[in-house]
Amino acid sequence: MSMHNSSESIIDIQGLSFSRGTRKIFRNVNMEIPRGKITAIMGPSGTGKTTLLKLIGGQLRPDTGQIKIDGEDVHRLSRQQLFSLRERMGMLFQSGALFTDMSVYDNVAFPIKVHTDLPDDMIRDIVLLKLQAVGLRGARDLMPSELSGGMARRVALARAISLDPAIVMYDEPFTGQDPIAKGVLVKLIRMINKALGHTSIIVSHDIQETLSIADHIFLLSDGHVIASGTPAQLLKDDTEQVKQFMQGLPDGPVPFHFSDDDLLQDLYTQESPNA
Amino acid sequence: MLDQIATLGRSTLDRLASAGRSGQMLWQSLVAAPTPVVMFPLLLKQIYFIGVLSLVIIIVSGLFIGMVLGLQGYTILVDYGSEQAVGQMVALTLVRELAPVVTALLFAGRAGSALTAEIGLMKATEQLSSLEMIGVDPLRRIVAPRLWAGFISMPILAVIFAMVGIFGGALISIEWLGIFEGSFWANMQNSVDFSGDVLNGVIKAFVFGVVVTWIAVFQGYDCVPTSEGISQATTRTVVYSSLAVLGLDFVLTALMFGDI
Repeated sequence: MSMHNSSESIIDIQGLSFSRGTRKIFRNVNMEIPRGKITAIMGPSGTGKTTLLKLIGGQLRPDTGQIKIDGEDVHRLSRQQLFSLRERMGMLFQSGALFTDMSVYDNVAFPIKVHTDLPDDMIRDIVLLKLQAVGLRGARDLMPSELSGGMARRVALARAISLDPAIVMYDEPFTGQDPIAKGVLVKLIRMINKALGHTSIIVSHDIQETLSIADHIFLLSDGHVIASGTPAQLLKDDTEQVKQFMQGLPDGPVPFHFSDDDLLQDLYTQESPNA
Repeated sequence: MLDQIATLGRSTLDRLASAGRSGQMLWQSLVAAPTPVVMFPLLLKQIYFIGVLSLVIIIVSGLFIGMVLGLQGYTILVDYGSEQAVGQMVALTLVRELAPVVTALLFAGRAGSALTAEIGLMKATEQLSSLEMIGVDPLRRIVAPRLWAGFISMPILAVIFAMVGIFGGALISIEWLGIFEGSFWANMQNSVDFSGDVLNGVIKAFVFGVVVTWIAVFQGYDCVPTSEGISQATTRTVVYSSLAVLGLDFVLTALMFGDI
């Protein structure tokens, strides 16, 4: 299943623009995601980080620009080719997105059953090894509704790596997790990346956890990449926008107030809210 | 005034786009149905959820509607001294009209709304996206088995509805009102034509099954993935399906029986 290509970057994004309605999410974004490394895409909420993962996975189409995975332009593939490309990608969704009508075991076994002709006992071995890797071998018979949020995300991680994909994308893996679960996920992501040698892309705004595992970071804001580099380089960066995000300052280039209308003028306007 | 025209234009365009998307979804899921080995267990499961679990409401409603028809038919026909024809009336009313139409309306409420809510919730909890990212087309895996299950279940449910209804009518007419059993069944047998009545009724039921399932699945697949969006989509399924069934019933009746 692995992709054999010796070039430095596995995903190459050129001139990407994307908008939802009239709102421009990306304006001419360029990114090269290095092979075999952990790359983090960070930025304030609403900058389109999850949208970027969906564009990479071919679930959304860009307005202009292209995304190439190992030289294949994702948005020029036929529906069939796109689905076979996705067999080489794993994605951990923010909510886990486990299939609620299947047990933990069946959730992890699902991609293997669908995409391979392996006999049942071999599938069982693979599933148990993946569940062992995330520490949930004992939970194989539980249903998703019986799992805690942290456990559900770990099962989803086991499912995402069940076919040993070349690229694993993590959508906000740390959001809403308690400190212990966060620690477990950080450890797992690092361990799995090292063991399987795949490329990991993490979308997150949890600075501490992400800095501790990322090899390379892209910082997105206002539809652009405003900075990129190693965690150490970004921490030293003294651009206002980068500093505001990395140090978590409430006000700065990203304003605290959503709209800049004058408060007094707004208060004295006679317009009713539903007008 | 201009605003109103613009709103009208926008909503017309939205509806046209939505009709286009629903056609595309139907076509893609029917063309891309999974291989029989994969499809069969999925289809059986859906027939169970959509068809078998609808049996209770279909049987109970069929029984009562048949009983009411027997009673009402008798009170009208007895004035003309032709109460022996009540079997014929019950059977024709059920087979031609009530079985397909009432079954479709009940089917929309019982199975259609459940289909919309289930698929909508799968969308809201990213299960559909996650299938896509696993490399499985949700149109093949989720939509196609549900569509086929609806197409298959609906005519069978309508036939069961008609049978139970006729049984209910017989129960009232023969056991309670004392109509002679022989003339009840003989009149029915003489007047109900297999291809003209039964087959046309089944064709109607099949068409309603296609329309109701298509609307239900599309509303779920295309809904706004929020709790409010799912609630609106479920309501739309029941309203659109009911209107479509009643409207189509007129068209089909005119085509099938209009020249009599």
